[in-house]
Amino acid sequence: MKRRQPILELIDVHAAYGRIEVLHGVDLAVPVGEVVALLGPNGAGKTTLLKVASGQMKATRGHVHIGGSHVNEVSADAMARAGLCTIPEGRSVFPNLTVTENLRLASYAGAPAERILQIAFERFPRLRQRAGQLAGSLSGGEQQMLAMARALSTEPAVLLVDELSMGLAPLIVQELYDIIAALAATGVSILVVEQFADAALAVAHRAAVLVHGRVVAYGKPDDVADELSTLYLGGAA
Amino acid sequence: MGGFLALTILGLVTGAGYAVAAGGLVLTYSTSRVFNVAHGAIGMVMAFLYWELSVNQGLPVWLTLLLVVGVVAPVLGAVVERIMMRQLADAPVGATLVVTVGLLVMLIGVAQAIWPSTARTVPPFFAGSDLKLGGAVVSVHDLITIAAAIVAAAALYGLLTFTRVGIAMRAAVDNRGLLALYGARTSMLSAMSWGIGAALAALAGILLTPVVGLSYHDLTLLVMSAYAAAVAGRLLSLPWTFVGALLLGLSQSYAVGYLPTTGALSGLRAAIPALFLFAALLLAPQAQLRVGQIRGIRGVPVPGLLRALGFGALAIGAAAVAAYALPGTTSDRLSLGFIYGIVMLSLVPLTGYGGYVSLAQLTFVGVGAITVARLGTASPLALLAAAGAAALVGALVALPALRLQGLYLALSTLAFGLLMDKLVFQASFAFGFNGSLAVPRILGLDAQSHYLILTAVAFVGVGLGVLALRRSRYGRYLIAMRDSPAGCATLGLNLRWTRVRIFALSAGIAGFAGGLFGGLRQTVAATDFQLFNSLPLLLLAVVAGVTSVTGSLLGGMLLMLLPVLASEVPAVGGLAFLVIGVASVGLGRDPNGLASRLFALGRWRPPSSFPSVRLGRASRGEAAS
Repeated sequence: MKRRQPILELIDVHAAYGRIEVLHGVDLAVPVGEVVALLGPNGAGKTTLLKVASGQMKATRGHVHIGGSHVNEVSADAMARAGLCTIPEGRSVFPNLTVTENLRLASYAGAPAERILQIAFERFPRLRQRAGQLAGSLSGGEQQMLAMARALSTEPAVLLVDELSMGLAPLIVQELYDIIAALAATGVSILVVEQFADAALAVAHRAAVLVHGRVVAYGKPDDVADELSTLYLGGAA
Repeated sequence: MGGFLALTILGLVTGAGYAVAAGGLVLTYSTSRVFNVAHGAIGMVMAFLYWELSVNQGLPVWLTLLLVVGVVAPVLGAVVERIMMRQLADAPVGATLVVTVGLLVMLIGVAQAIWPSTARTVPPFFAGSDLKLGGAVVSVHDLITIAAAIVAAAALYGLLTFTRVGIAMRAAVDNRGLLALYGARTSMLSAMSWGIGAALAALAGILLTPVVGLSYHDLTLLVMSAYAAAVAGRLLSLPWTFVGALLLGLSQSYAVGYLPTTGALSGLRAAIPALFLFAALLLAPQAQLRVGQIRGIRGVPVPGLLRALGFGALAIGAAAVAAYALPGTTSDRLSLGFIYGIVMLSLVPLTGYGGYVSLAQLTFVGVGAITVARLGTASPLALLAAAGAAALVGALVALPALRLQGLYLALSTLAFGLLMDKLVFQASFAFGFNGSLAVPRILGLDAQSHYLILTAVAFVGVGLGVLALRRSRYGRYLIAMRDSPAGCATLGLNLRWTRVRIFALSAGIAGFAGGLFGGLRQTVAATDFQLFNSLPLLLLAVVAGVTSVTGSLLGGMLLMLLPVLASEVPAVGGLAFLVIGVASVGLGRDPNGLASRLFALGRWRPPSSFPSVRLGRASRGEAAS
């Protein structure tokens, strides 16, 4: 396999909330067109890492590179316009806007609104039925579909997803991960953060395990399985 | 019949003006969740600017309008958003209110400094060209006002419903961070919404000036009507806001025409916006308790009893020295400072501990002063009666407001203050119409020096009481309620009664101060307690530190010094308002005010609370396992 430069790369990244440091020197790379699963227990710093990578939080030390450019100082909205799509933890929709209005806002990333609506409604007919409804009144799964519709229709180069499965039924989680796999097949590079590993590992090319703000294992999904079992089934956590 | 038609037209015109103002208010609120108390003040300053350019400098009307509404006001709005509001996106309602109150005080100060008070008139647009309409006269200005309201409402509705920018402005309220992840420039969006809001305030100010006159306070208070209309639309619905504004304009106009101009109801006309606001607040459906809202206010440390007694003795001792060493006028000023300090202490349990904002604290002071005056006795028991009467009124305010929360509660105190100003204080059992009352010197202490010692003792006594309250079980309720109302409700606390009690207590302390104030002045009038003076009071209380007794004393002395400065060194006086305004901006960062800076000075090292010590170590990698 030809070695290519990773599209997203974190080098010795430190990050802190006030005086509380959460990431103590993280190195992580997402190769072009691959799915990387970032796993780890509660409070390991997974969400923080995603925030640093997407420009929502500044690293206190270290470097973030996207597509070869140094992006430590780039704001989150500029990154979004440059082709980075971030779906944060929880229901990442605007509850007091309608489904259509939510989708129209996705056009800030660059794609025309008509095209976004067309792609979203084609892939999720449920959303078309609910087009005029407030997003807050949708079920959890439908809201996550709405969030994924943005990733599908704006054609990002890099996709960052946080806790896709949180609070959702297994069938819906499966459907969402199918979409991740389909997106990866079109060449999108993806970083998925998950606390529950199975669904993510099934689609991932690589996996990293984050514990106490440090990456303790990185490699093929099979290779990190041992690390994970000690982590989740006892041992030093 | 012609009279009715004329009144209807006048009502529609006023209502249209309110609608323009209210539309701007709703826009800024629904896109930034900051309720702009200074909305009317922006309109006021812009109306003055309009006068300056078009009447004083003689620029053509169209050019002036374009400059003021199209350029200066939006820039002002954007600048205000940039330097004052941006840090407040996640601040509690109380902090956002106080910062906009600061802006209001600042703008009035600026207007008074630039345009000293003289008679000014602004001619209506196309003066002289009137139309006849079925016996009533309609001026072109009236038609323009109505047209402006319709266009503004339609444009706002279109902006927020159909354009991507408008949708994004609404999205910013739901989740600003997420909107940035969508790729929208969020800071530009809020600057835009504040710019448009300010432009609408300016337009409303200019349109209404021929009706209300060019006055600092009337134009600023005009915003009360805009509030009422906006609340009718629950601060979100533009169509309802528009309907509310027209109804309000009409009812005011009919009241002018048909209510008696003398007797008990004469004050009613001026009170209509306040009544309307009350009604709208009570009838509008309320938001549910919000769950999981963490307000990161870390209070200042509460001193122990000995320490508090020590500082109390120090304060009384200092007052005693000052009483004998300094001339009588200085004693009087210091007394006033202590009395203001007690009024600010009344805000400590309410605002500092409880997180509720009262915009009409001086009204309770007035109730206390009236009580002592009517009792006519110098006995210290009169002070207790004053406290009791004010507490009763305070409970009465809190009762109808039981269902209200945060912002709505604060607005209802504003409506209450205005009602008292216009109706109750003017009644014969209070001050009477433009009247004044003689108040006996408490304890018969005629010497100014003795009175100073009395006020110092009273301040220390109330301060110790407030600290004791903080250390009690009830004090912990208050803090818990501020931090998480929903959490307290699930623990079985009765939120409503706790709230009524805290309002009554706070009003009682203010009434107590009112008795002392009356005794100091010996003659008091309704103007001493008017609503407008409550705003700088609240502002200084919060700037100085509304979570501590020290802050209250500091704030009281500052409030006393302000007018002294303004009269003796006029240049500094105007500047002082600016400084307060700027200081209020800092509140977004530290709600404990100046007092907490003082506390920090007294320490060798920065305050080390439990988590920062532990985690400070962890970050160096020593404690991490």
